[in-house]
Amino acid sequence: MELTRRGFLNLSGAVGSGVALSSLGINLRPTRAYADELNKMNRIKAAKQVTTICCYCSVGCGLVCSVDKLTGKIFNIEGDADHPINEGSLCAKGAGFFDLTEANKHRLRKVLYRKPYGTEWEEKDWDFALSRIARLVKDTRDKNFTVRNAKGELVNRCEAIGHYGSSNVDNEECWIMSVKSRALGLVYIDHQARV
Amino acid sequence: MTNHYCDLKNADVILIMGSNAAEHHPIAFKWILRAKEHGATIIHVDPRYTRTSARCDFHVPLRSGTDIAFLGGMIAYIIENDKYFKDYVLNYTNASFIVNSGFRFEDGLFSGYDAKKRKYDKSTWVFDQDGRGVPQRDRTLSHPRSVFQLLKRHYSRYTLDKVSSITGVSKENLLKVYEIYASTGVADKAGTECYALGWTHHTVGSQNIRTMAIIQLLLGNMGIAGGGINALRGEPNVQGSTDHCILYGNLPGYLKMLPASLGTLEQYLKKYTPVSKDPQSANYYSNYPKFFVSFLKSLWDDKATRNNDFGYDWMPKIDDGKAYSTMHLFDAMYEGKVKGFFAIGADPAVSTPNSHKVRKAMGKLDWLVGENIFNNETYEFWRGPGVDPAKIKTECFLLPASASMEKEGSQSNSGRWVQWKYKAAEAPGDAIPVGEIEIKILSEIKKLYEKEGGPNAEAIVNLKWDYLDGKGHMNVVKVAQQINGRFTKDTVIEDTAKKTKTVFKKGQLVPTFGMLKDDGATACGNWIMSGSYTADGVNKMQSRGKEDPTGLGLFPNWSFAWPVNRRILYNRASCDLNGKPYNPKRRLLEWTDGKWVGDVPDGPWPPQADRAKGKYPFIMQKDGLGALFGPGMAEGPFPEHYEPLESPLTKNPLSGQLINPAIEIFKGEMDKVASASEKFPYVCTTYSCTEHWCSGALTRWQAWLLEMQPELYVEIGEKLAKEKGIKNGQRIKVTSIRGEAPCVAMVTKRFKPFRVEGKEVHQVGMPFNYGWLFPKDSTSDSTNILTPTVGDANTFCPEYKAFMVNVEKL
Repeated sequence: MELTRRGFLNLSGAVGSGVALSSLGINLRPTRAYADELNKMNRIKAAKQVTTICCYCSVGCGLVCSVDKLTGKIFNIEGDADHPINEGSLCAKGAGFFDLTEANKHRLRKVLYRKPYGTEWEEKDWDFALSRIARLVKDTRDKNFTVRNAKGELVNRCEAIGHYGSSNVDNEECWIMSVKSRALGLVYIDHQARV
Repeated sequence: MTNHYCDLKNADVILIMGSNAAEHHPIAFKWILRAKEHGATIIHVDPRYTRTSARCDFHVPLRSGTDIAFLGGMIAYIIENDKYFKDYVLNYTNASFIVNSGFRFEDGLFSGYDAKKRKYDKSTWVFDQDGRGVPQRDRTLSHPRSVFQLLKRHYSRYTLDKVSSITGVSKENLLKVYEIYASTGVADKAGTECYALGWTHHTVGSQNIRTMAIIQLLLGNMGIAGGGINALRGEPNVQGSTDHCILYGNLPGYLKMLPASLGTLEQYLKKYTPVSKDPQSANYYSNYPKFFVSFLKSLWDDKATRNNDFGYDWMPKIDDGKAYSTMHLFDAMYEGKVKGFFAIGADPAVSTPNSHKVRKAMGKLDWLVGENIFNNETYEFWRGPGVDPAKIKTECFLLPASASMEKEGSQSNSGRWVQWKYKAAEAPGDAIPVGEIEIKILSEIKKLYEKEGGPNAEAIVNLKWDYLDGKGHMNVVKVAQQINGRFTKDTVIEDTAKKTKTVFKKGQLVPTFGMLKDDGATACGNWIMSGSYTADGVNKMQSRGKEDPTGLGLFPNWSFAWPVNRRILYNRASCDLNGKPYNPKRRLLEWTDGKWVGDVPDGPWPPQADRAKGKYPFIMQKDGLGALFGPGMAEGPFPEHYEPLESPLTKNPLSGQLINPAIEIFKGEMDKVASASEKFPYVCTTYSCTEHWCSGALTRWQAWLLEMQPELYVEIGEKLAKEKGIKNGQRIKVTSIRGEAPCVAMVTKRFKPFRVEGKEVHQVGMPFNYGWLFPKDSTSDSTNILTPTVGDANTFCPEYKAFMVNVEKL
């Protein structure tokens, strides 16, 4: 996808003048900081740029992720200057978007499992989780399934399993969840739109 | 939003009420400020002075929970001072309709109330009809049972004195807002309203918004550039998640969930397909069967046939009149009836009211499945404060998910712009997208049912569920195209108006929902998204064109806006009866040379003056007109002021009905209420802050944001702080009858006491972004420990914005 360079060029200009000013001073730390920034600018120019949309409020601001072509890692995220709503600007949360990437040490990386009455999480693999969850869902559903309600009407539902979430995933994922829940016969189906 | 974010710049007056846009939607606020630069007046009505107030022309404080009183006074002002847009009101609203002679409103209650059930029989909330079955109208608007006269009578009780005494707003401030806002009731002025959770988080939340809808219809502000009612919603894809209806009462595209009493497809379609006898009403929902049958086909594909009612019996059905919302879910869980729980991309242990009840309920689960990018209080409930893990039987899974920029897919903003995102990087470790997790879980379940069978196994075994690609990853494009819809067989679409015939091949995508079929020839996962692809597979959600032909900032070539790329809903109402723009400065749409030019019109028909072919502008309404009288609401066709469930008052100054008569009262052992109690004398409201998002489940894990807003606080006005001997920065606790929340006192000028019914009433406020899990050194917990289990009568959106507390030193 083609992006204009306006935002990057503007930023480069600001960095350049900053270097000029700080070089007059004695303290070299700002100079180093600006030089690092300049390196980052060069990296950004050489990077693959991928657009995304902010994951906080519903304004739908555009962001540009700079991805290092060698490592495939995101190293910078900033507002998309071509986006008609935010025009490159971001709020405090959007500006901190980078802290959602894998650079954040708190990101979940493994399947975690806590056995009944357990006191800690244990790391597991996907095969374990998927087959165990499927078994639990089926057993709970089959044991508690209501074919007809008190009036004798056909209802084919399971009130023993609840589904909550989510308005912070993509449309295609939302549709998958909406359909999955109905296929299982769930009726306690809700998410953040309610609250 | 009826309009969209960039459109805010087109307004002459912006009323921000129920929102703190500058702090919670900062980029939306940029467009509000742009309107201000063009000379617009910006008004902020809110209990608290915020950074929104600071940038507005003026701020008007009002007591939480009294918005209907405030706005009801505005309706009275508009009518009594003849400020309404007469042409619009007469032609585009149901003002002239005659209401049934049995309709009454007495002492806070409408006709048909059943106190035991707390529900209304709405049989008198209907219009008289002529011999053809078309609503009778009095175009002089003088008939005593006309909607206009009933509206006038209803709000004549909302006098300045009365409203001032209820809301705590001075009469001068009321008049100032009313005068400025009512100035938009002319052809060449636009007024808009921005709300957020400040309006929805009430037991009268839906009616707060409806009161504004009435005002916007009276002033001719619906369907125009710079007008409308604009919800600044709080989650990145809350529009999309609502559109796809991960909600108990609706199916994707706002189709109705199946009630148990409608045993056959035929009965269901008859009930939900409205019929209008008025030839000028487009009554677009007459197409309902096409949308619904196409949805069933999207689930079960070839297995859904005419012979099996397209799988109608396989769908779950809810008991008539019963709700299954979040609060109902946790209520049932508390009673031990819910055994398993999926909590996906959410932290309900923090975000649901009455958190103690919610957390206790979760301890009764057999199993819990969490899917998220970070851990949170819901997934760790088994070792939360005061919980002994050795006593919690629940088997828990926490599945690592990809973050937003690590996956491809679309996201819908509040302005209905469906924007495509691209995958920038791989997710760390074993994390995969939530959609992929969900597909894989159901695939495993499907295998079990194929092998072992089980009750209503057909619904699962027959489900079309081939959404993984060759490498075992979620095929996002395939899902997006299934949502858009495709032809299930070779189909000829005939356009009688254009005299064309188009042939579509089996498997081709449906280019617009106007081509959906009710005979099984199309499968469509969500009809409102039909048209997000072209027939040949071009993804319009990826569009990045910046053209702006109207100069109004519609950006028609940027992303895809549902429905059919329409940027402003009800846009035909921006023109007069002959299709000429009311406001020549802002030409949203115009009927020229036999066609509409501008935004995508609300239907292709000629304007209303063409009595043979023309249609009314509000095409989704059965009668085609804006509903000043709205019989669909649970608590009455006209909004009425009721006090919050917990209020400082013992009597409603407007009637003998203290609280909303149609709300459901939860009566469990943990559902305690303390209204007008000496123990809890202060009104409390809750809100967010710029640096955190919702429950803080994403933002508390981010060092930069956490440093800015590290822990829970309560904002207390200077006068109350002095009375209580509380100092700024001191650690105190806020208590309600449901629990206590330790926090830091922030003594501020932003809250001032209100004068309500002759008494001084203090209000305090707290952010809802915190929990116990992280930051680790925090002594605070969720604000929702304090809030009551009660919600709006129509939506069950909880009343987080007005409840009663005390503030105490530790």
